[in-house]
Amino acid sequence: MTNEQIAQDLVSKFGEDKIYGIVENYGLLNVTTSVDTIVPLLHYLYQHPTFKFQFLTDLGGIHFPDAVGQELGVIYHLHSLENNVRLIIKLYVPIESPVVPTITKLYAAADWMEREAFDFYGILFEGHPNLKRILNTDDMDYHPMRKEYPMEDATRQDKIDALFGR
Amino acid sequence: MSDRTIKTVEAPQGLEGQGFFAAKLDDLVGLARANSLWPLPFATSCCGIEFMATMASHYDLARFGAERISFSARQADVLMVMGTIAKKMAPVVKQVYLQMAEPRWVMAVGACASSGGVFDTYSVLQGIDRIIPVDVYVPGCPPRPEQILDGFMQIQELAKTEQRRRRESPEYKALLNSYGIE
Amino acid sequence: MSDVALVSSPNVGIAKPEESKKYVNELTTLNLGPTHPATHGIFQNILTMDGETIIDSEQTVGYIHRAFEKIAERRPLYQITTLTDRMNYCSSPINNMGWHMTVEKLLGIEVPKRAQYMRVIMMELARIADHIICNSILAVDTGAMTGFLYVMQWRENIYEIYEELCGARLTTNMGRFGGMERDFSAEAIRKIKHFLSEFPKALREFESMVKRNRIFMDRTIGVGGISGERALNYGFTGPNLRAAGIDYDVRAMNPYSSYEDFEFDVPVGTTGDTYDRFLVRGEEMWQSLRIIQQAMDNLPEGPYHADAPHYYLPPKQEVYRNMEALIYHFKIVMGEIDAPVGEVYHSVEGGNGELGFYLVSDGGRTPYRLKFRRPCYIYYQAFPEMIKGSTLSDAIITMSSMNVIAGELDT
Ligand code: SF4
Repeated sequence: MTNEQIAQDLVSKFGEDKIYGIVENYGLLNVTTSVDTIVPLLHYLYQHPTFKFQFLTDLGGIHFPDAVGQELGVIYHLHSLENNVRLIIKLYVPIESPVVPTITKLYAAADWMEREAFDFYGILFEGHPNLKRILNTDDMDYHPMRKEYPMEDATRQDKIDALFGR
Repeated sequence: MSDRTIKTVEAPQGLEGQGFFAAKLDDLVGLARANSLWPLPFATSCCGIEFMATMASHYDLARFGAERISFSARQADVLMVMGTIAKKMAPVVKQVYLQMAEPRWVMAVGACASSGGVFDTYSVLQGIDRIIPVDVYVPGCPPRPEQILDGFMQIQELAKTEQRRRRESPEYKALLNSYGIE
Repeated sequence: MSDVALVSSPNVGIAKPEESKKYVNELTTLNLGPTHPATHGIFQNILTMDGETIIDSEQTVGYIHRAFEKIAERRPLYQITTLTDRMNYCSSPINNMGWHMTVEKLLGIEVPKRAQYMRVIMMELARIADHIICNSILAVDTGAMTGFLYVMQWRENIYEIYEELCGARLTTNMGRFGGMERDFSAEAIRKIKHFLSEFPKALREFESMVKRNRIFMDRTIGVGGISGERALNYGFTGPNLRAAGIDYDVRAMNPYSSYEDFEFDVPVGTTGDTYDRFLVRGEEMWQSLRIIQQAMDNLPEGPYHADAPHYYLPPKQEVYRNMEALIYHFKIVMGEIDAPVGEVYHSVEGGNGELGFYLVSDGGRTPYRLKFRRPCYIYYQAFPEMIKGSTLSDAIITMSSMNVIAGELDT
């Protein structure tokens, strides 16, 4: 089972307009898909007789402020333990309505991963049983991993210009 | 073990005569306190692991009269904050401090507890002295167990020399007030 | 497309307490944490209890969230090693090496064999240090304090070996992109050999004290079990997954750093309960010793770092005498060297499971995005399910046998 076979199979199943951006990064197959395909795609890969992508390694968000209409992304890492093949699936959503269907019904592990992506990037996972902040305090009013927010603690006073002779 | 030597602490300055010994009450109380401090380890992350080493057989914190690790704040004398304190955690630290009975000392172990350390980020409290008064800072990331022991000895020194009325003094009240503690 | 039938996943119908069910006692809500001594870290669990039995629980995490991923976006690759130390601080060298290997993959640096073997030795020592803590603390939680004090002494020995190699005990920052920072000194080799010959005795003694101890067995067998299927669905990896009977080990499946050269077994359990987790970790320590022995016996001669002047700091003497070395030194330390564009995922077998680094580089001096796959974070989700229906004291030892490390969980 090679990466090419997987890519071909997915394209023939879902069509070229749904599975695109097929690249191989350091031996790891990357595909991009659309929001409405992600759930059927993961289910398909889960029950595929030979592929058997039944392990969700990781899920995380990403932010590209310059990609208009596709600012926020979700990256799924799948692993077929039987074949020892990994697969990365990406999808992008606009920042105004970052709504992505949840996959917690398929993978229990996705619960906190999706909450983390919500906490960090504000991606809304539709159908998630308990979508609230996980790592940050509940009263935080922004999503800190978005590129426009600063990393530093705003209350620190020992980093003012005067102390550096500026 | 026959070659065991028992160490006793030195007696404070005082007047000794036949059958009596007179010294200042402050000194005696200080002496007793300093050698029976009960630490409350508030270990959150990496520095807590070094505390584990300090506590365990090799470094053995118990030699300094801290045999009993008090996990209950009510019976503890020294709050040892070890590790990063995130903003989410800050109210908990304060609560624990408030639950402790006077006299209480606070030791900030490690760069994170002292100043935020390498984590100058939106989620980390930049030093616990923003919420509670701190007596001894131990630098290091993490400090070696020897350093933690040294910090502990500094606390002992503070306890030994503390005026008995310090905790009732207006200065102390003002200090607590500046942290919003009544 | 819509003709894909949805899987009837094993994940449907996780029981919430049914309203209609009659409980014997009135339900109590109990707050465990975030600073409870038995939780070994900063976790909060709000338990709903029916007498001694846990009906339901809700976890709160994030009490030491330090925003690693945000910091990583602002730091050159070289400085991120410092962050990885502080993730799973019980086994920092594994994190360091995992990160180095990720970057080497991105940069295409070939690491010499000797450095690879040295890495394996350090990683396996770290694994032992990690498992020592977990197993001995589990023993403490079941009431056996002596074993802890006894094996902690050996963890000190491992720390001394670290010190020989990097000067630090806990947050090691060990190794460099392209290899190791320094070669094993004679003292380091002596210490490792000493450890190899003496530690087995201590470990055997510890195991004979605990393993077949009636009290320990009664406390742990059948407690906090999870089936292999559920464990996979919850994304378990590492010893906890292997205890549930699934032999997934990154070292064996996707060998990195020359793990393919060594012979070792992957121990598995059957029921996934606390006792199995204890046994798997115990056996892994023996396997680690085996690997270290093999690596020490076959330690190849040759350089201990790759020739990668753009990423590997020149020796300090050179910096003082040689212009070129000075420039490289400056550029590396100041993080002035741009990384190539690319996306790379690399994972290593950490103390708790698959520790992954997903690095997206846009060609700048810092990563565009760095996602850490932290095994703890992912498997700790299963905790409520694992303790449902058990007693409070069982919940405590279940947690301690899962080896949840707060620093790794909250990043
Ligand atoms: S000071 Fe360093 S070792 Fe201590 S908690 Fe902070 S990061 Fe960890």
